[in-house]
Amino acid sequence: MGTSRATAVLLAKELRLEFRTRELLSATIVFALVVVVLFSFAFDPTAAESRRYGPGLLWISFLFASSLMLNPSFARERLNDTIDALRMSPISPFAILSAKMLANFIFMSVVEVVLVPVFSVLYDVSLAGVAGRLILVLALGTVGLTVTGTVFSAISSHARLRELLLPLLLLPILTPLLIAAVEATASLLVEDPVLDRTWLALLAGFDIVFLTASWLLCDYLMEE
Amino acid sequence: MPATHYTSAVAARSLGLSFTGVEKRFGSFVALRGITLQIHSGEFVALLGPNGAGKTTLLRIAALLASPTRGTVQCTEGAKSYEASDLREAKRQLGMVGHSTLLYDDLSAAENLTLFARLYGLDDISARVSNALKSCGLDSRAESLVRTFSRGMRQRLAIARALLHGPRILLLDEPAAGLDRQGLAWFSGTLERLRKDGCTVLMSTHARNESLELSTRAVVLAAGTVQDDSGPQGDPRPLLASWRAGA
Repeated sequence: MGTSRATAVLLAKELRLEFRTRELLSATIVFALVVVVLFSFAFDPTAAESRRYGPGLLWISFLFASSLMLNPSFARERLNDTIDALRMSPISPFAILSAKMLANFIFMSVVEVVLVPVFSVLYDVSLAGVAGRLILVLALGTVGLTVTGTVFSAISSHARLRELLLPLLLLPILTPLLIAAVEATASLLVEDPVLDRTWLALLAGFDIVFLTASWLLCDYLMEE
Repeated sequence: MPATHYTSAVAARSLGLSFTGVEKRFGSFVALRGITLQIHSGEFVALLGPNGAGKTTLLRIAALLASPTRGTVQCTEGAKSYEASDLREAKRQLGMVGHSTLLYDDLSAAENLTLFARLYGLDDISARVSNALKSCGLDSRAESLVRTFSRGMRQRLAIARALLHGPRILLLDEPAAGLDRQGLAWFSGTLERLRKDGCTVLMSTHARNESLELSTRAVVLAAGTVQDDSGPQGDPRPLLASWRAGA
């Protein structure tokens, strides 16, 4: 079976499991909303402050949400050792990894679809004229978050302290991505928004590097 | 590369397994100490031994789920050089029932089987799944979530999942765990049919198990080494009897 077909089969399984149990999505959406609301109460920002600090707060919310969501991604495959059944199947290990990445990307996108309008209202930031460009930044940033997070979820799922290990591994690696995402988002929230292509290129570069690395290393990642 | 220990020459309908100097270490702990064992096609091998003897580790290495620290495992007698496509074909020939069920609790019985049928690229999936469920007596619960099943029902489904793609080598790690009398009878009947079909079976157990009667060979592992082996032509019954007496 080809990698793309196996990925599609496994992605359908991931979506079915999540939309049946709603374990990850409900908890992550509630958690991310709480973070955004708490930040808005804690700082009570003016419109100018929102434009300045809002992108950072928004991406920190996404980061916290992804840490919560990505951890069980591989950990729940260990419940009945279903990861062994997948590894024994005659499919590419990258199919297992890419299905998880795609599923996590979809779940994070759902979280963002809920979170961004709430952010816009609470922080009094108008996104009307920049929606298309913001979606591009969010998409590139989310690809980086989910690709890197899924890889580290596979690594940390072997550890006993996986809940602690994943953020410890993930946060330093994601620093360049977060800086680029925050700066690119900030460039869209100013009064005369112009998307900063340098940060956009950095986001795309980060995604390409980590996607390539995950493809090259997937055999090792899927090993016991 | 992972699993390069496993070379295969998958052409024959019936396959054997050959372990050569297989050693497995977990840090300073040595689980397997240079196991050399030839399992010929169509043999039904009972892998006996106390807890911690290395049975599960040996089966996991054979199932490509773990790599040996040293040594090789070959599918059939051939020792062709490793190729990725060959490895995938070898996986197609392997079936395993492990300690865990390898099933998704939040999928139904039919969904679990359908998922793996798709991953193995099988044709006529709905008929295969329906037959597999009927065969293990779970056709009336096809649409029930696995989390609602008893331990015995899960184990029957786990066995059905392992057999779904018609493996030529079956690796069984304590497969009778949780099966009731009816389940054991079904399992023994299934194994007997597989043996007649020429399927190579490697079954580990540390307990008395009715299915052991089907074995054509008995191998006793202790502390990661082969302590005793009735051999491919030998009679496994004395070894099984002495094992039963001691178990």
